[in-house]
Amino acid sequence: MTLHTINKTPTESSALNNCLASLSDGDALLLIENGVYAAMPGYAELFTRLPASVQCYLLGEDSSARGLNDLNPDFRSIDYDGFVELSCRYNKVVSWF
Amino acid sequence: MIFSIVVTGAPYSSQAADSALRYCKSLLKLEHQIHRIFFYADGVHNASELAVPPQDETNIPSEWAQLAEQHKLDMVVCIAAAVRRGVLDENEAGRYEKNSHNLTPPFVLSGLGQLVEAGIVSDRVVTFGA
Repeated sequence: MTLHTINKTPTESSALNNCLASLSDGDALLLIENGVYAAMPGYAELFTRLPASVQCYLLGEDSSARGLNDLNPDFRSIDYDGFVELSCRYNKVVSWF
Repeated sequence: MIFSIVVTGAPYSSQAADSALRYCKSLLKLEHQIHRIFFYADGVHNASELAVPPQDETNIPSEWAQLAEQHKLDMVVCIAAAVRRGVLDENEAGRYEKNSHNLTPPFVLSGLGQLVEAGIVSDRVVTFGA
């Protein structure tokens, strides 16, 4: 079980698409930095085919720094302590950038 | 748990260095162990003593240095990535006949073997990419 972090918007690089293509059951997705833009409602379609076992998170500091509200409710907002906890809970952390 | 961190972003060019710094502070607060922080590619600029950001902005190189002093962290800068980008310690400045050097202590220059060793020793390796 792997924690995947993505720090790019869906359009500025292929990081998110590559990540989504390699997700396995039980993995988790964490949007950080510019990656949080992927949680805007307009991109919700990208995440509709994820296995139900994949948990989705975003770093709240990064979404509020960008003034983003009313984000995709499938993403749970966490802080850096939460990021550290997820890093421990999953066996590996893979960073897509 | 034992963590190692890889930083490949220069300060002020991307958010990578800032994110890595915040993540490391959280790790230490939650009483995890940081085995090594490895600065690679453009991440080597985090180690420059000569960075002078405006006073109302975070001074990322000095924040790293302070954190390392406080918690006795091993902060390794990839030597090949550093010298080609003009980040030198006194020894390398002498070797390449340069009349100045700019590596902030306690950063040290070393090789990729240190990253491999960090991967072997640590429970988790977390990369902050540019």
